[in-house]
Amino acid sequence: MTYFASGHGACPGCGIPVAVRNIIDAFDGKCFVANSTGCLEIISSQYGRSAWGVPYIHSLFENPAAVAAGIESALKALGRKDEGHVLVFAGDGATADIGIGPLSGMFDRNHDVLYICLDNEAYQNTGNQQSGLTPMGCLTTTTPVGKLMPGKIRQKKDMVAIALAHKLAYVATASVAFPREVVRKAKKAVEFEGAKYLQIHSPCVTGWGITGDQSFKIAKLAFETGLYPIVEFEHGELIRVRKIKEKRPVEEYLKIQKRFRHLFTHPKGEDVIKTLQSIADENIRRYNLMGTETEV
Amino acid sequence: MMKVVRGFYSVAYSVKQCKPDVICAYPITPQTEIVERLADMYANGELGNCEYITAESEFGAASILVGASATGARSFTATSSQGLILMSEVLLSAAGMRLPIVLVNANRSLSAPLSIWNDQQDSIFMRDACIMQLYIENNQEVHDVMPIAFKVAENRRVMLPFMVCMDGYKLTHAYEPVDLLDEQMVDKFLPPYDAPVKLSVDKPLTFGCYAPPPYYTEFRVAMQNAIMGAGDIMLKEFKKWYKITGRDWGGHVVAENPDAEVAVITMGSLTGLVRDVVSEMQKEGKNVGVVKLRTFRPFPVEDIKKALKNANKIIVFERAVSFGHEGPVAIEIKSANYESGADVYSFAVGLGGRDIPRDLIREIIDKVIEGKVEPGFQFEGVKPFEEVIP
Repeated sequence: MTYFASGHGACPGCGIPVAVRNIIDAFDGKCFVANSTGCLEIISSQYGRSAWGVPYIHSLFENPAAVAAGIESALKALGRKDEGHVLVFAGDGATADIGIGPLSGMFDRNHDVLYICLDNEAYQNTGNQQSGLTPMGCLTTTTPVGKLMPGKIRQKKDMVAIALAHKLAYVATASVAFPREVVRKAKKAVEFEGAKYLQIHSPCVTGWGITGDQSFKIAKLAFETGLYPIVEFEHGELIRVRKIKEKRPVEEYLKIQKRFRHLFTHPKGEDVIKTLQSIADENIRRYNLMGTETEV
Repeated sequence: MMKVVRGFYSVAYSVKQCKPDVICAYPITPQTEIVERLADMYANGELGNCEYITAESEFGAASILVGASATGARSFTATSSQGLILMSEVLLSAAGMRLPIVLVNANRSLSAPLSIWNDQQDSIFMRDACIMQLYIENNQEVHDVMPIAFKVAENRRVMLPFMVCMDGYKLTHAYEPVDLLDEQMVDKFLPPYDAPVKLSVDKPLTFGCYAPPPYYTEFRVAMQNAIMGAGDIMLKEFKKWYKITGRDWGGHVVAENPDAEVAVITMGSLTGLVRDVVSEMQKEGKNVGVVKLRTFRPFPVEDIKKALKNANKIIVFERAVSFGHEGPVAIEIKSANYESGADVYSFAVGLGGRDIPRDLIREIIDKVIEGKVEPGFQFEGVKPFEEVIP
């Protein structure tokens, strides 16, 4: 029995439906889902063909945090709070860019909502435009590579820090490369009363220029370079990190994706790669990612 | 119980008696005092199990109510001007999802230039949103209309947002004697909201699907049918309310002097002043009458035709402009009444809170009667003005 039916329209190799299905199945369907406009919404909610076996609502691109807050408030007012957990599934653009106002409001009011950002690092539903969570040096259609420009200039917005700044009880990152950990974190998160933030790294086959069979491997590599630290905070304190067994240089991650390949030939590419390596190194230092034990 | 109260309190008290489950708002002048009074009631435990939420923006407030209403909660907000426009994307989504959110709009002009004062440009902007719009003349009327708004919005044949439009400051901040509604009486008229469809784990439904071209049109047809059908449902509830309270606010249109050859159409709080001027003119033997337009959406075409059947000159006092064309109410009147061939004179007055003197109303009606002005649209009470761009 699954609460996210097959027959949805996700691309082969997309990590999103795997993460979503595992999470709502782990809650045994006892959850309410508010979804932003984006990949997940488009693949799952066509009229007459909904993949959702849980109560599901999509309103707009930028408001799922507020819609979820409304669901939670209504459940409280109507004495139905025990019916299920209130979840948001939103893309990185909906989270870090267009919906960050309502997200901050929901965090600030501390609604009992688990907000899950499915981070595929660009507006992929509309064909790979840059978002605040697009990494530095990345080729998107709005940060194209040209004689002057080597892709996106600035680095990823630190949404974990933004979530922590709201004094949330639970903030974590995860990767579709480690599906059991995704489920564990979602289940752990809902044990905390109030707003929770979980950001899941999820490769996009078309936007990243990879093949479907590579996506989980590449997601794992993102973690192993230090570019995508997998961390877990409770009440603002870092309580657990996934340890990198064998550190990989960022080039290994970059060279197998079309969105970064220009960095190896562009005149400004070398500097970008250096900066990306320093970002990865800084993540490893800051979160103490190197070591032997792996917590799952 | 009769009490002298201000408009915002009249709204807040009536909303309280409607027992909403979720109230969500964001402050904006001149609406703020409505939600402040509701916040007071919440703080004092007078709102039962209602959740009162201050959002981070009007956009957030409307979005929260989308979630709440979809979950089966009776939902209320109040806003004004820029706030309504900021809500507009969400409210359109709410209408399409058939969510019976009730809101009060304290009518205020739109930027730029910034003005906190009254006209009706804000709610007129929402004309095509599939949201019911009812305009209010005084603070007893708004008090009486709130339970009706919830009842019509939540009617299974309707299921659409309902916007009650009251002139900012002129009504919201005016003191008037209001017969405050009795709880049991409202309970009897307005049962708790029983959502015909809602988000629930027992019967999981998908709200806000996307519709490809083979389906989209049918959703829009259903919306049009619902709002067109809402007109009759409103009339029935108006009548029921009259029976219960003895207060008759009329139907969608109130033709106060149906035989008049010169009809003066108003919407909102200006009606009182116009009525006063017109009754003075009637005493002088002039064949002129007032037509109070209450319901703007759905637009009451048949009622307008009936109200104007003897008029050969129609004067419309506009509180908004459809820029690039003319007065928005006149557009509707001409469309509804085109077979009559009556001349329509449309005058934009009191924009951005400018005073509308009694003498100006009299002067305008006189010059139409005397044939000193051509039919069409014009601004009235305008001063010489040096354009910023030379």
